[in-house]
Amino acid sequence: MQALKMQVLEILNEDCRTPLERIAVMCNVPMEQVAKAIEEMENDRIILHYAPIINWDKADRERVEGMIEVKVTPQRDLGFDAIAGRIYRFDEVKSVYLMSGNYDLLVLVEARTLKELASFVSEKLSTLEAVTGTATSFVLKRYKQDGVIFDGEKNDNRLAVMP
Amino acid sequence: MSRSFVNPAVQNVPPSGIRRFFDIAGTMQGAISLGVGEPDFVTPYHIRNAAMDSILDGETQYTPNKGLPTLLEEIARYLQERFHAPYDPEKEIMVTVGASEAIDLALRACIQPGDDVLVPDPGYVSYAPCVAFVGAHAIPVVTKVQDEFRMTEEGLEAAVTPNTRALILPYPNNPTGAVMSREDLLAVARFAQKYDLLVISDEIYGELIYEGERVSFAALPGMKERTVLINGFSKAFAMTGWRLGYACAPREILSQMNKIHQYTIMCAARQAQVAGRQALKRGRENGFEDVNTMRESYNRRRRVMLDAFRKMGLECFEPKGAFYCFPSVKHTGLSSEDFCTRLLQQHKVVCVPGTAFGESGAGHIRCCYATDMNRMLEAFDRMKAFLASL
Repeated sequence: MQALKMQVLEILNEDCRTPLERIAVMCNVPMEQVAKAIEEMENDRIILHYAPIINWDKADRERVEGMIEVKVTPQRDLGFDAIAGRIYRFDEVKSVYLMSGNYDLLVLVEARTLKELASFVSEKLSTLEAVTGTATSFVLKRYKQDGVIFDGEKNDNRLAVMP
Repeated sequence: MSRSFVNPAVQNVPPSGIRRFFDIAGTMQGAISLGVGEPDFVTPYHIRNAAMDSILDGETQYTPNKGLPTLLEEIARYLQERFHAPYDPEKEIMVTVGASEAIDLALRACIQPGDDVLVPDPGYVSYAPCVAFVGAHAIPVVTKVQDEFRMTEEGLEAAVTPNTRALILPYPNNPTGAVMSREDLLAVARFAQKYDLLVISDEIYGELIYEGERVSFAALPGMKERTVLINGFSKAFAMTGWRLGYACAPREILSQMNKIHQYTIMCAARQAQVAGRQALKRGRENGFEDVNTMRESYNRRRRVMLDAFRKMGLECFEPKGAFYCFPSVKHTGLSSEDFCTRLLQQHKVVCVPGTAFGESGAGHIRCCYATDMNRMLEAFDRMKAFLASL
C-alpha cells in the first residue's frame, strides 16, 4: 500500500486531474485500491488540496504579491508556532514558512493593490506583539512555480519518425 | 553514358521503409507522432552540465581511440554491478559513436563476404543492411506473436544455414518490446554453442525492462568468449543525440574492431564521453535515480497504451521492455502500411508499419509510448475514430 501511495502521489503531483481509472491502469491495480489510497491520504492530510497553477498575469487580474521576511520573538513553550498561527490566519497570507538564517518566518502575501499590501504590513503584521521586524520584497515576475515554467513552451525536438 | 560509380552492394540495399512516413509527417501540421524512437526526456541536467564544464575547461582534444580510460572503468563497473558481465576496461571495452557504430564494427571485424548472419524478424532496421554492406547475407529468424516475439530454438533451427557465422540478438527488442528471460537466453546459448556462432548481443534497451530480471547474454556461463556485447547511453540516460555507445568483446575480437574504429572514426566525441562518465558515476552513487525515474514514467505510459489498444479492439501482447507496443491491426483487413498511411492522412497520427522491420512485422504497427501523456491520449481518440470509420 505504501508503494502504491507513493506512485499515486507522483501521478497526482504531475496532473491531479488524472482520472482514477487511468491511475489504476498506470499502477496496475484495481480502481478501488487507488480510491482507497487517495481517501486514506486525504484523511491523513497527506493530500491537502487540489489546485491548478495559474499564470495570473495572463488572466488579466490585478494582483500584487510580496514576500515578507519577518523577525519574531519566539514564545515560551510555543516556539514559533503560535505567532506563525497568528500570521497565517490572515486572508492575505498565502504561505508561511519557518526559515533558517537571518530571519524567522517567510510570509507570502497577496493583495489587489500595492496600497492594500502596504497596509497589511503596516497595520496587521507589524503591529503583532511578537513581530520585531519585517522586510518586504515585491514579486516582479514569475518564471517558474512548483516545477512549471510559465513562459517556456515544451519543445519536442525529436524527429517524428525514427527506427 | 559513363559507368555507374556506385557500389552495387550498397545500391541494392533498399532505403529505410519508414522514410516515406517521415516525409509525409514532416510536412503535416498538428500530427501526433507515436513513430519516434527515442526517450521524451532530455538528458538529465547534471550530465549536460558535466559536458559544458568540459567544454569550458578547454577539453577539446582527441581521446584515446578506445575512449577515456575513466569512462572505460565506469563502464566496466556498471556492467559488472548491474549485469554481472565482467569485462577488463583496458582490453575488452571500447567506446563507439552510438551503439550503431558498434554493430557495424562487430560485423566488419568478424564477418566475411558470403557468410550468413541470423537477424530477428521483425527487428531493428539497420541489422540487415549492415550485414549486406559487408557482403554477407542476413537470414531472418522469424519471431511470432504467440511466442511474444521471443527468439525460440525452433525459430533459430529453422533459419540456420551451413554458412551461418553469427547471430544478432537484440533484447529487449525494438520494434516489438519483447524481452527474453534467462531460460530463453540459455536456449539461445545452447544453440550458439551447437553451431559455434558469434553472438552480437545488442542490449541498448537493457535498462528498460519492466518485469523480470535484467540478464546480459554475456553473463551466461561460457558465453562471454563468443559474444560481442553492445550497449550505449541513448535509451537508458536519454542521450540519443550525443551518439555514445560501447562494445565489449574478448580481446582478439575487440582489438580488430578497434582497428577499424581507429582508422575510420578515431574516437567518439570527447564531451559525449565526459557526459557518459558522469551518467554512470552519478548513477553508481545514487542507485541510478535518473534511470529509475524515467523507467517508472515509461512503465505507467506503457500500461496506459496497452490498456487503450486493448479497449479499442487492437490485439496486443504485453511488451515488457523498451518503449514500444506492437499491436496487431490484422482484423481491420488493412495491411500495416495501408493502416499507417490512412491513419496519418486522415487522422494525423504517426505509427510505423511493422513491415518496416521485416516481413514478420506484417499486420502489426509500432507505437512508441515515450510520448507526452496528453498527446498520447489524444492520439488514442484519433485512432478510435479511425477504427470506427473503417
